[in-house]
Amino acid sequence: MKTKLTITIPCVMAILLAICLTQPGCSKSSNAGGGSGSASATSVQNIGSDTMVNLAQAWAEEYHKVDPSVSVEVVGGGSGIGIAALINGTADIANSSRKLEAAEVEKAKAKHGHDPREFMVGYDALSIFVHKNNPLTEISLDDLAEIYKEGGATTKWSQLGVQNIPGAQGDDIVRVSRQNNSGTYHYFREVVIGKKGDFKAGSVDLNGSKDVVETIARTPNAIGYSGLGYATPEVKIIKVAKKKGEPAIQPSIETTLNKTYPIARPMFMYTPGNPPPHIQKYLDWIISDTGQKIVKDTGYIPLPKK
Amino acid sequence: MATEVQTELASGKPAQIPDRPERGAAPSGKPKRASRGLTAIIGEKLIEFIIRVCGISAIIFVFGIFFFVFREAAPLFFEKHKAPAPDAAAVERHADDHSPAHKQFSLKEFLFSKEWYPTSQSNVRYGVRALIVGTLSVTALAMLIAVPFGLGAAVFVSEFCGGKLKETLKIIIELLAAIPSVVWGFIGLTVMNQIIQNVFNAPIGLNMLNGAILLALMSVPIMVSIGEDSLKAVPDSYREAGLALGATKWQLVYRVLLPAAKNGLLAAVLLGVGRAVGETMAVLMATGHAVTIPFFKTDGSFNPWFMFEPVRTLTATIAAELGEASEGSQHYRVLFLIGVLLFSITFVVNLTADMVIRGIKKR
Repeated sequence: MKTKLTITIPCVMAILLAICLTQPGCSKSSNAGGGSGSASATSVQNIGSDTMVNLAQAWAEEYHKVDPSVSVEVVGGGSGIGIAALINGTADIANSSRKLEAAEVEKAKAKHGHDPREFMVGYDALSIFVHKNNPLTEISLDDLAEIYKEGGATTKWSQLGVQNIPGAQGDDIVRVSRQNNSGTYHYFREVVIGKKGDFKAGSVDLNGSKDVVETIARTPNAIGYSGLGYATPEVKIIKVAKKKGEPAIQPSIETTLNKTYPIARPMFMYTPGNPPPHIQKYLDWIISDTGQKIVKDTGYIPLPKK
Repeated sequence: MATEVQTELASGKPAQIPDRPERGAAPSGKPKRASRGLTAIIGEKLIEFIIRVCGISAIIFVFGIFFFVFREAAPLFFEKHKAPAPDAAAVERHADDHSPAHKQFSLKEFLFSKEWYPTSQSNVRYGVRALIVGTLSVTALAMLIAVPFGLGAAVFVSEFCGGKLKETLKIIIELLAAIPSVVWGFIGLTVMNQIIQNVFNAPIGLNMLNGAILLALMSVPIMVSIGEDSLKAVPDSYREAGLALGATKWQLVYRVLLPAAKNGLLAAVLLGVGRAVGETMAVLMATGHAVTIPFFKTDGSFNPWFMFEPVRTLTATIAAELGEASEGSQHYRVLFLIGVLLFSITFVVNLTADMVIRGIKKR
């Protein structure tokens, strides 16, 4: 009797839990197709860039207050995942921190019959992070390339003139990078290493923008790149100069918009074709002053005012 | 019907249910069986069939998985100079843009090159030597830590402690096995990271040692439970004989029990190896995920502190990259080929284990 009870109770609980979990999911997906339900929300699948995921989440939450009939579901993972989802037709909106490549446009066109639409929704200043104890204050793109590119000569902090970082173990530079499908990885390769170049093997390749900053915060020997919005007090953003000898620029809203900061990039949202009205409304709201204020609040750079 | 069967069974004449025949009695002396209802016979056949399917299903699953994984990887060997694009126009244009980016896949490069650049714009290289070395070195280091701990704990639990302590230990060790691997990864990322940096003065705490310690902790519970079972399976007469000869407890364990339980202990270790090779999430989070061969410095000399270098394993590479590789592309297929490679590694490990155990049995 006792054993029977001990088996049945968890079973019943598991079944109840399963029912609880599946119920709202079912109702949502059935409404997503119809889209006419007034009480429950139409769901919009918003998939892509890990750089943008915080921002997209903030937009989705805020927009739900503006228009409760639309529920935007944000999934991160990386620009590559968003674009793949756009091509496969599982995303209503794909976030990307890089432009679509020609081959990807072809694929989307082959699948959906028309070109994907591009919406620029803000900027991100790709920032170079070091540990907060690191005395380094600025770096040039050339130096960065020597650290990161295949065949680059810089492997020690002393080669950059940095001595005795408090808490650091030895002189080695620990290069923190991103997984090789990340939009940020592609952008960094393009502007710092050069399109034809490749990363030096042996960098610590992490799967998220936030992971990069957190790892640098725990590793005094580290250097890495991530979105400006991910800055924390544990890490230090250093100024970046386009060339050796040129003035180094702090990433900020001003320096991004006047194009003096050398590694700022636009952030995009893509739809498979012309968006349906409820998505068009959402995208319009994102570009509006309210939407752009959220860009600023989450640490990214809003579009210039017209 | 069921009640009928029951009554039939209940009313079975006592003469037909004799005392259990003595061991070694001739089969001719076997009594007639009690007759049963049709449903009982059908039910038994059905259950027999279901159990048979359950038994064979393992074969079906293994071959099925191997087939599907290999099917995704196979086109690599047959496609010639084709870029993975859906229509011909894109293929041509792509090929014109950066023709060296999509060259013919070479198995030799795959196995022996240490350059892993699957998304390079100029020169795509799929070499997994560094990843193979990463997997094997993390596993080996993990086993170096786990085998003494695991087998030691098994001997202690089975032979040296009794009663309450034994029960408590067994429950807690099983609890250790129940911790999800992502939680281990989290511990590696936060706690172990700091400890390794501070204790060993390593430049980065996410490294081979970190991953190996986590893998060791994860495979110890398996080793302990299976090792303990195999020690328990040694007949008590061995222990009694040993003690009767005046052996100390340690002599008994070392000279009698360990040789007697050899097969089971080897199986315990190899299951631990299997767990370590296949583990993904914890190593993805804790090893630093860097494509390097940790045994050599940049100038080619031997690196004595290789255990403090970040490494990357085969499993972690699949986990990190498969989600973003577009379906049907060369990168996607190469990731499946890594799956085939992993499959082969575990197959070889299991096969050697089997052969070793058989070899021991024959002797």
